[in-house]
Order: sequence, then C-alpha cells, then structure tokens
Amino acid sequence: MTIHVKDRQIVAPGEFVGEQGRFRVEGQVFRVGRKYYSKVLGVVTVDEENRVVKVIPLKGKYFPVEGHIVVGKVVDIGFTSWEVDINSPYVAVLPVSEVTSRPVTISRNELSRILDVGDLILAKIVSFDLSKDPVLTIKESRLGKIPRGTLVEIPPQKVPRVIGRRGSMVSMIEDLLGVKLIVGQNGRIVVVGDDPQRVEIAVLAVRKIEAEAHTTGLTDRIKQFIEERLRS
Amino acid sequence: MKRGAPERLIDENGRRVDGRLPDEMRPLRVEAGVLKNADGSAYVELGNNKVLAAVYGPREPMPRHEALPDRAILKCRYSMLPFSVAERKSPQPSRREIELSKVIREALAPAVFLNEYPRTSIEVYIHILEADGGTRTASIIAGSVALADAGIAMRDLVAAIAVGKIGNVLVLDINGIEDQYGDGDMPIAMMPQRGEITLLQADGVFTPQEIEEALRLAQKAFQKIYAEQVRALKTKYESVKEVEE
Repeated sequence: MTIHVKDRQIVAPGEFVGEQGRFRVEGQVFRVGRKYYSKVLGVVTVDEENRVVKVIPLKGKYFPVEGHIVVGKVVDIGFTSWEVDINSPYVAVLPVSEVTSRPVTISRNELSRILDVGDLILAKIVSFDLSKDPVLTIKESRLGKIPRGTLVEIPPQKVPRVIGRRGSMVSMIEDLLGVKLIVGQNGRIVVVGDDPQRVEIAVLAVRKIEAEAHTTGLTDRIKQFIEERLRS
Repeated sequence: MKRGAPERLIDENGRRVDGRLPDEMRPLRVEAGVLKNADGSAYVELGNNKVLAAVYGPREPMPRHEALPDRAILKCRYSMLPFSVAERKSPQPSRREIELSKVIREALAPAVFLNEYPRTSIEVYIHILEADGGTRTASIIAGSVALADAGIAMRDLVAAIAVGKIGNVLVLDINGIEDQYGDGDMPIAMMPQRGEITLLQADGVFTPQEIEEALRLAQKAFQKIYAEQVRALKTKYESVKEVEE
C-alpha cells in the first residue's frame, strides 16, 4: 500500500492510513474500497523491511485470546467451577476439571478449600469465542495459584512493552532488582520479591513503562531509572 | 429568570447578538482524558456551554439480561446539572433530557463498531455544567471524543453543529437567545471523514433551498470541529513524547 503515515505517528479513529498496494496493513484498521482507515486512537508502526504497517491502540479493554496466559482474580465459587475476573468485559470460568485430576466431592466447601474468593491465579485461556465466556485452565506446570506478591494493573495494550523484545525488559528488571515478575497478557502484573523496597521500585518501573509505552528507547531509560532509585 | 427579548437578533451591520457574523461559530475547546476513573472522558466548551462526558466500557452489562448476543449495547445518559441554567433545574430527568439521551445515542451509534463487542455494554454519561443553546451538539462532540479516548473501535469521530434561522437569514451555531427568539433551529451531526450524517433535526420552517444551504454552512464547521477533536485526542500522548525526547 501507499502509506500516508509516519512511523510512531498517532492516529485518531477514521484517520486515513494508506491505500492497498506494496505494504500490508494490520491491527486495528478497517477498509473501505482500497483505502485503510484507523479504527482506534492508536500508534502506527511502519516496518519497512517486512512491508507491514500496523495500528496499535493506545488504550482499551482486554479481549481474551486462546492460549494467552492471564492473571485472574477469583470472584465467585459455583458448584463445579469458579468465576474468575480477568480484567475483561467477559467473566472467565475455571471448571473443576481444569484444576485437579482427582475427583472432588461436589460441595462449595471443597472448592473454596482449593481456591477461595480473592485468590490470584495464573491461568491459560483454553477456549474463547465471542458467543461464550472464556474457559481457563491451571493444569500446566507453571500455572496455578499465586500465593503472594504485589499486583499492578496496566492497559493490556502496553504488556508487550513490559515484556520487551524477547523478554529483555522483564529480565532486565528481574536481574537488577532481584524480584520476579509474573506478567499476564491481560495487563495484570504481579511483582514477587522479598525486599519491599525493591518490589516498590519494580512497581514504579512498570508504571513508568505504562506512561511512556509509545516512545522509543524505553529499555535504557528504565534501566537508568532503576539504577537511580537503587542508589538513593 | 428569562432574559428579555432583544430588539433585534441581527443588527444593521449583519452582526448577531454576541457580535458574530452569520457564518461564524462560537469558540470551541475540547479536552480529552480529563477524568481518571472513567475509561474515557472529554470536556467540551462551545461558547458558554460546558459539557463533561465520561465513557465506561465495553463492560459486562447491568442488568445482564439486556446483553445482545451479536453486538454491544450503547447507553447514553444526558443530564443537565441543577446549576447549569439561570433558574435552578430540578435534578430529576425531564422529558427533554430523556429524549436528548436517545437522540445523542442514535447520533453516536453509527460511528461505533458495536458488533466487535458482543454481550457487552458501552455507557456514555454526559453532564451539562452550563447550558447556553446547542448543548446537544456539544454533547455529541464530547461523547465521540470520550469514546475514542476509551480506545473503542470507531469508524470516525462525530462532529455536530446547529444551524439556525433568524428572519430569512441562516446562522451557524445558534446560542441560547437566538434559540429562544429565532425562527428555526436545525442540529446536524456528521462523521466528517466518511461524509455521513448521523443526526438531522429541525424545528421551524425551512425551504428545500435553505436545508441545502444549511448543510453547506455546517460542512465548514465540521472540518473545524473535527480538527479540534483530533487535536485534543493526540496532544495527550504527543506531550509525553516531547518531554522524553
């Protein structure tokens, strides 16, 4: 396509992005005839090499995708399942069969002994389409209840910046501060660490990434930020 | 307190009661993201009108049975605060407010990709802090900016303006006095990039020629309004960028 936008440009809904042709257009766009328009208030990324133009929203709710790892909060206990808030318009369901392979005597009491209201869990979305509520599983090695940690919530669109290229941002924060970050794709991040001061710095770093997610050179600035905080 | 009728709405120089020419609109100021707790918000000043809009959603609809299986429901609540008019308005929603809520919803709905959010609701709350004629158009401007600020998928922003009639003269963006004593009022809302009209109302008598002329008059204003809406949405993010670079 012929592009009408620059890399890192901010576009409003309805704004002309480009015409069909040399470039492929991805993300939050819609097409009228041969012309592409942005659907959302977002940032454009232009990848000259692969000839891809992408519109990434700046804000918005989390929409479940099969295979995503999310941090959920148990909000209700049913007879054979839990209801889990995953920071999305749709409440997720975690059936007993996805929690334990042992048969469970069906009673509310039993279920709350395994997971209670208010518990945080790391779960995977096994199925979701827009006509049914998402179904979760925690029957995988690193999934399950998160016993402790500090919860930070950010817009889900900014999670890729927190993770960084091949996990570079997460591992940098973890190495510098000696904490562990559990990152859910739904924008919930749990910081686990022994030193409350270092946990706090990690939380502030995540908040800083949230505020500056659409700018470049972020990793270096976060590194600088953490080092400054560690010295004082 | 009713302000007395002015002797003339247009003087011998062709100026209106507030000194504007017939094709001039009132100064417009739009700000996006003014509220922290709402998913999206906007503040609009159109002349003396002051409007605050907040958007929540898409979220689980309350009550749950109202959910539609194939699209989101769009809810709008337009309300005038008791101190928004010269004589205290009762806070109870009036017939007029209920009607305007519907009109605003129908003006905004075509711009939103409702089918992308099935079984959810998107709620737009609009409060008039101060009213001076043309609050419905100011509300539509605020509502569409707040929706975009919430990150909701939209075909386009919606711009709105009213064309009035004084005697035989068409005037753009009528104010409170002109609305009360003028001869006609035609609010128009449009998606400026798409060129599609989403609201067209009129009271008073307009000839077919006058309607065409009114649309032409409004067209100029739409481009101005749209530019201001886009500016409001973008500056919020561009300012962060400048500080950092």
